[in-house]
Amino acid sequence: MALGGMAAGMILFIVSVGLSVTMGLMGFVNLAHGAFAMVGGYVIVHAMKSWGLPFVPALATGCLIIAAASIVLERLLYTRLYRAPELDQVLFTIGLVFITIAAVTVLVGPENQPLTLPSWLQGQVDLGFTTYRTYSIALIVVGSALALGLWLGFERTRLGAQIRATVDNRRMAEAVGINIDRLFTLTFAVGSGIAALGGGLGAEFLGLDPQYPLKYLVYFLIVVAVGGLGRIAGVFCAALLIGVLDFVLKKYLPQGGTLFIYALTILLLLWRPQGLFGKAS
Amino acid sequence: MSGVASRPTEHPAALALAHRHRLRVWEATPWLIALAVYFAFPTYLAFATEVLITILFAISLDLALGYAGIVTLGHAVFFGVGAYTVGILAKQGLWSEPITGLILAGGAAALIGLASGRVLLRTSGLTLLMLTLCTMALFEEAANMAAELTGGFDGPVNTRLVTCYVISAAIAGIAGGLWAQANAYVNLSTLSLDRAATVLIILVLGGHGRLYGAFVGALAYMTLSHFLSQLYPTAWQLGLGLLLVIIALFARNGICGLGETLLRRINRKAAAS
Repeated sequence: MALGGMAAGMILFIVSVGLSVTMGLMGFVNLAHGAFAMVGGYVIVHAMKSWGLPFVPALATGCLIIAAASIVLERLLYTRLYRAPELDQVLFTIGLVFITIAAVTVLVGPENQPLTLPSWLQGQVDLGFTTYRTYSIALIVVGSALALGLWLGFERTRLGAQIRATVDNRRMAEAVGINIDRLFTLTFAVGSGIAALGGGLGAEFLGLDPQYPLKYLVYFLIVVAVGGLGRIAGVFCAALLIGVLDFVLKKYLPQGGTLFIYALTILLLLWRPQGLFGKAS
Repeated sequence: MSGVASRPTEHPAALALAHRHRLRVWEATPWLIALAVYFAFPTYLAFATEVLITILFAISLDLALGYAGIVTLGHAVFFGVGAYTVGILAKQGLWSEPITGLILAGGAAALIGLASGRVLLRTSGLTLLMLTLCTMALFEEAANMAAELTGGFDGPVNTRLVTCYVISAAIAGIAGGLWAQANAYVNLSTLSLDRAATVLIILVLGGHGRLYGAFVGALAYMTLSHFLSQLYPTAWQLGLGLLLVIIALFARNGICGLGETLLRRINRKAAAS
């Protein structure tokens, strides 16, 4: 049962990690991040149903299309608001969410879009002490691999170092000659692409309907705020924590589960406003 | 500088500020219009009441957001507390007198504002936004469970900011109480993200940090919403989204802001000629 929570947590991680990095890097409150995940999910479902792509190529297609679209949005619109007050960023991104929800409702319809998993992901896996859903195991593997890959990328590559430097001190990074514009665009594209992956992979857990970006906005924000902006390990732990907590609470405390999570988040943020792993300002 | 005025309130800068905020004759217009609506549109009284309540709610948000700079997505918590205060008191047969009921509603909301403000307003930016969201969501869940909550912390915090927040909460609470009285029921929508987001949109549309932004915004938004949102719900949401994007990019001071820019251009042309 804890494994089920871990799988849900992995989905939260995959969707939210992009948000954490872009918020930490660009200081931009992107409340539309869930919309990227949702549209990615829809593209993946469409690729499987209408273009007949198998599961993994469909995932890749979804990621690439969303990443490309996010580059366009970032260069055209997001850049204009990087130095804008927080309120403007909130308004802009909520506006994007509304536009996306309306567009998806018109183009696809208001119902939930089911995603049929390929046969090799269906069924159970015998772990020796218990059998478990292959899909959940796969999610845990993919999520962990992604976390490890991202963490290594951050710590061991030059690009990762540049991102970390810019997160810590943007002016200094600019002074040292790092191309901030290109860094932002690249990070935004990667973050949105990974979110699209989460949207598609998580369709069974989180569903795929037009209300997705608003339904789960608070969860994504909690994961990011609790984990600490721009901290891969932080987002990973926070996502797992929220995922497992939510699963467990739904079983034992179906009435007060979400309330408990909100209360816990408030207490945590009051004790450590920068999140579990964030840097204190 | 020290020889200019004997008291701070006589300083030229202070006098100029007071002059800017003095009452002008045309400021009676919104109130006259409100009175006129009562007589001219008798079939729209329920809608007009809703508009007035929303204006009050938007004014309360303006105090916190436009003047104190507190970016909150959770202001509906005070609206809901006010509404539920009136509702619960009436339902339990404890108190049904409307005017004093509103004072109680405002008081309850102010208490929540004080307790939460003293704690939350130590933070800023994303953390504060998150905390306001979570506080409202928490109250919504609590109302869902009909449980009782207490809270309270101690710590250094900007007292003026908290005072603004508490007054804002009280006004929002009164608006919520009015809503409960006008509709004769209370439900979870009074504590929802939808309500908080809508009042934020209304305030920004009209123009935040301005005396009449709430009036203009509420009137414009609710009139459009009343006629369009039920007929074409998806198109309404699309239009709203586009409006928000345009406001954020080009007209961050809303309708009043655009009006001010226009007036300035006209005055400049008049001065130049």
